[in-house]
Amino acid sequence: MTITEEAPPVPVAEPEIRRPSTRKRLVPYWLLLPGILWLLVFFALPLVYQASTSVQTGSLEKGFEVTWHFQTYWDALTDYYPQFIRSLLYAGTATLLCLLLGYPLAYLIAFKAGRWRNVVLVLVIAPFFTSFLIRTLAWKTILADGGAVVDVLNTLHVLDVTSWLGWTESNRVLATPMAVVCGLTYNFLPFMILPLYTSLERIDGRLHEAAGDLYATPATTFRKVTFPLSMPGVVSGTLLTFIPASGDYVNAELLGSTDTKMVGSVIQTQFLRVLDYPTAAALSFILMAVVLIMVTVYIRRSGTEDLV
Amino acid sequence: MPVLRWIRRNLIVIAGLLTLAYMILPNVVVMVFSFNKPNGRFNYAWQRFSLDAWKDPCGVADMCGSLSLSLQIAVWATVGATVLGTMISFALVRYRFRARGAINSLIFLPMAMPEVVMAASLLTLFLNMGAQLGFWTILIAHIMFCLSFVVTAVKARVMSMDPRLEEAARDLYAGPVQTFLRVTLPIAAPGIAAGALLAFALSFDDFIITNFNAGSTVTFPMFVWGSAQRGTPVQINVIGTAMFIIAVMVVVVGQLIANRRKNSAR
Repeated sequence: MTITEEAPPVPVAEPEIRRPSTRKRLVPYWLLLPGILWLLVFFALPLVYQASTSVQTGSLEKGFEVTWHFQTYWDALTDYYPQFIRSLLYAGTATLLCLLLGYPLAYLIAFKAGRWRNVVLVLVIAPFFTSFLIRTLAWKTILADGGAVVDVLNTLHVLDVTSWLGWTESNRVLATPMAVVCGLTYNFLPFMILPLYTSLERIDGRLHEAAGDLYATPATTFRKVTFPLSMPGVVSGTLLTFIPASGDYVNAELLGSTDTKMVGSVIQTQFLRVLDYPTAAALSFILMAVVLIMVTVYIRRSGTEDLV
Repeated sequence: MPVLRWIRRNLIVIAGLLTLAYMILPNVVVMVFSFNKPNGRFNYAWQRFSLDAWKDPCGVADMCGSLSLSLQIAVWATVGATVLGTMISFALVRYRFRARGAINSLIFLPMAMPEVVMAASLLTLFLNMGAQLGFWTILIAHIMFCLSFVVTAVKARVMSMDPRLEEAARDLYAGPVQTFLRVTLPIAAPGIAAGALLAFALSFDDFIITNFNAGSTVTFPMFVWGSAQRGTPVQINVIGTAMFIIAVMVVVVGQLIANRRKNSAR
């Protein structure tokens, strides 16, 4: 039921359709007001403040002033471009891994789990409820030097390959890029699996039968039917993984070393320790711009604009 | 080779279960290490079995204080975000109004932004206003970022509701308030519950935004973060394990209730 704002063209002709009273017309605005005001004041306005901070100069003692000092952006980029590239690279790799690991599990829950479906779903969501910091710290134990995982990877000579690629150091996984990407992948997997599952679950099972009847092999069925139909899930899953991963600094700090610092770390340090507000604001603005541009292009190209 | 053929036929199941193992493994480690008695300050290597931490879960200075603070913030943030978010969802689904597109993007944007950006900009606002950082600034921030998720969850449910049910209630002489309380709200309840649960989980577990806007106040995630530098007490694992068990129990009990309702409705 919707209440339209427009009055009918000739109100007199149809007496039973009356223009809703002013009080009624204001209902949606009253419903929206508190929440939208909250977002405007504590989400949108801060972005304006940050934009202004990023073009200020000064010091903590003397105070900051708006001087339109755009140089800060350039300095921030030249000083911290390795961390930027690293963030995007790690987040991108983790997103890809999440998709590769998450798709089979989502598929399993949607089509193969049968009466175990709810059990598996609970197992996917349950880790959520233990603080993610505690779970990330557990990876320190799992990947510890001389631990079982490292030993197995060593015996299989996997570490030789990854060390040669620069992902690990000889005999170490902890404090290397691989550990950080592993942590990121782990932390954001549920964000990939749940949207994938939702869109896979909607697929009519008879489409698979139809494809089979038309002599499609299981691989062709997947390529031509299942995967295209799960595209909305793939798109929202990759977004829900990539966006938080690109700004994350928890995994890089807990599982990485100074050589694996991501841009989130830099923003945090500049803001909370160095107290260089303009640089921190500029960095955070660049990160926001990069992520928003990538997300927009991605949504456009994947053709699922109705996602939002 | 029959084994190879079996593997090939069940490839998806095997891959899926391996992923599940990858997701569960850290929880198992957290659980096992809650029975550890480490030699040094860090609980990363297994030494020997002990129940010490389980006997004295609050034996670490400040930890249980931070836990109760996190719970309080999560409860209030859930209440705030759920009320505001539900109101927005109803307005978005049920009414037409101006600036709809702008409002939709305002709700979508917080979800499309790295947390650290929101954290840093909100801190800029608080610093400029000269606000005292602490409980209230954390609560404000949590309601802000939970709001969009609540709207998404509730909107999906309200959209799938049949408006004729409410019309029927009105036809049967129920007043607008009565219709809302007896018909609309019960039907929307699963969506609202899902939104509230999501808000609680997000708020309770939030670290990045809280870390920026907490000042000297310490929530539980911040306590864990600090302990990663100072030394990780075994009690952290006890809390983590307890949370895991409670959450699984809540979900299982909820499922059972839902199943029974479905059966009795039939």
